Amino acid sequence: MNWLNNYVRPKIRSLVGAKSDVPENLWLQCVSCEQMLFHRDLEDNLNVCSNCGHHMRLPARRRLETLFDDGKFQEIELPENVVDPLKFRDRKRYSDRLKDSRSSTGRTDAIIVAHGEVGGQKTVIAVFDFAFMGGSMGIAVGNGILAGAQLAVLQDAAFVAIPSSGGARMQEGILSLMQMPRTTIAVQQVKEAGLPYIVILADPTTGGVTASFAMLGDIAMSEPGSIIGFAGARVIEETIREKLPDGFQRSEYLLEHGMIDMVVKRHDLKDTLARVIDLLMRKSPGAEIVQIKADAGEVSDTDSGTGTDGVGSADGADDGSKPDPD
Amino acid sequence: MAETRVHAFLDFEKPIAELEGKIEELRHLSDDGEISIVDEVERLQTRVDRQLDQTYSKLSPWQKVQVARHPGRPHCLDYVRGLITEFTPLAGDRGYAEDNAIIGGLGRFEGQSVVVIGQEKGHDTESRVKHNFGMARPEGYRKAQRLMHLADRFGLPVITFVDTAGAYPGIGAEERGQAQAIARSIEVCLELTVPIVSLVIGEGGSGGAIAIAAANRVLMLEHSVYSVISPEGCASILWRDGGHATDAANALKLTAQDLLALGVIDEVIPEPLGAAHRDGEAAIAAAGQAIRNSLAGLKGLDGAALRQQRRDKFLKMGDTTGL
Ligand SMILES: [Zn+2]
Repeated sequence: MNWLNNYVRPKIRSLVGAKSDVPENLWLQCVSCEQMLFHRDLEDNLNVCSNCGHHMRLPARRRLETLFDDGKFQEIELPENVVDPLKFRDRKRYSDRLKDSRSSTGRTDAIIVAHGEVGGQKTVIAVFDFAFMGGSMGIAVGNGILAGAQLAVLQDAAFVAIPSSGGARMQEGILSLMQMPRTTIAVQQVKEAGLPYIVILADPTTGGVTASFAMLGDIAMSEPGSIIGFAGARVIEETIREKLPDGFQRSEYLLEHGMIDMVVKRHDLKDTLARVIDLLMRKSPGAEIVQIKADAGEVSDTDSGTGTDGVGSADGADDGSKPDPD
Repeated sequence: MAETRVHAFLDFEKPIAELEGKIEELRHLSDDGEISIVDEVERLQTRVDRQLDQTYSKLSPWQKVQVARHPGRPHCLDYVRGLITEFTPLAGDRGYAEDNAIIGGLGRFEGQSVVVIGQEKGHDTESRVKHNFGMARPEGYRKAQRLMHLADRFGLPVITFVDTAGAYPGIGAEERGQAQAIARSIEVCLELTVPIVSLVIGEGGSGGAIAIAAANRVLMLEHSVYSVISPEGCASILWRDGGHATDAANALKLTAQDLLALGVIDEVIPEPLGAAHRDGEAAIAAAGQAIRNSLAGLKGLDGAALRQQRRDKFLKMGDTTGL
């Protein structure tokens, strides 16, 4: 009943969806300040509105590029899983919905797991792809979190989860609910190995995802304005028949209520993440001296173009507290 | 308590209700010696039983949802009264409030000290309000965590009774971290070095249910349901029409029998003829038997083994990759 609203309707999809490279809309309007933004400028500015600072969703792969040192990372292959275990069908077959999502995103499911270095420290990141069925969590996503956690343990690396999800994937029924304990076990494995588990709650993080691994981080951070909650706003409104307070379920609101450690601007996220990992992993001085700041020197921070073929797309934004779209 | 309940009939029970009405009428007639009322009652009762058997052996998923929510069904406190002696309720999360949607405490199950935790829906207006219809706020889940820790410290088995439409959706609940409270509750279940046995006695409503049901043994009453979302909620999202709840109930695979087949639960506890709301005592006794067997089966395992068993069990769920 509570997850009713956690499903994400297509219209809520961010301006910059999975197919941001399709130059159909060269100009996009910021939903917050209504400023028209040139798509290339917006991408260069990590999908943050240069006028008002509004953070729009960032595609999963871009996320990885901005967080790993020099944008370099290795994506791991996730295990193939049984498709559509319940033979679920609503107005449409789940297997068809999956097929559609797979062809539109080019991904097998809503999660990418990659490893590399963040601030010179070994790190595994599991990032959700909201464009894939609203980032909903089914067995494949559960497997992704488990694989990420186990890889972190194997590599003695920090584990970072970046959920962006409407919650459990209804079409996998009770098996999607069971991903809550499964992903919790993944978190326990990382914690038992004495490794840092850091969560960056990206917009939106709701439902069964929030109520499991996403809220169990040693450190929890989020970007400005992200929706984070358990029950969806609509269900709450219908239940209590009251207007919700301003900023309800936004990251700033959660910070104020003690639910997360910090709200970090996207341009500062990499440095913050690197510093936290460094503090937790490199506990005493000596050893090697690690350059925390990502070196984005090869590419100037003028118009860096859009050459994002996955690896090595440092576009000058990694190192800057001041985004300078020039 | 059962006698204070209004005998509510479900739609599909109409023919049975009519027969039972006739029986009641006959019982109020004085035997004039012409025909034996006793014989007639017996004849009708046989028909009722046959009807009940036929109806209840092939309930549709949506009918099961209705049975699982039947107000006359025994609730958490009924099981506690029937199965736990010296029950000593414990209150509060030590941080913010007492939440009556989740009851908990110490007691004895067949002589063994245990910790009992469960959602209580209430049986009349007053108690329903008191227990918030079994929909817990973060305090409830934090109380559950506290009691589980208590059990762990003293080596007491934990028995949980799951019966909730879901965790309460409210402003305060969100502000105080409903998601965190549930997440942490699942984590604590999985950390325990004592046995934990969970029974879904009515409605297993999504995150609010799994919060206290990441257990060594998860059992479901024959006509209970357990789902990631209510059929109504699912219908209104995927069909864009809450009226498709029947279709959603079919698609979700939420019956005890489905969950057993999917490997999500360990056992189905048989209910008496015509389901638990017709004979609460029998249902409670069957639950007691199942708890006894479950605890006995876990007896040889030490703390580490109990944790491992729980982990392995949940890691396998839905996974076919051999990860
Ligand atoms: Zn703007």
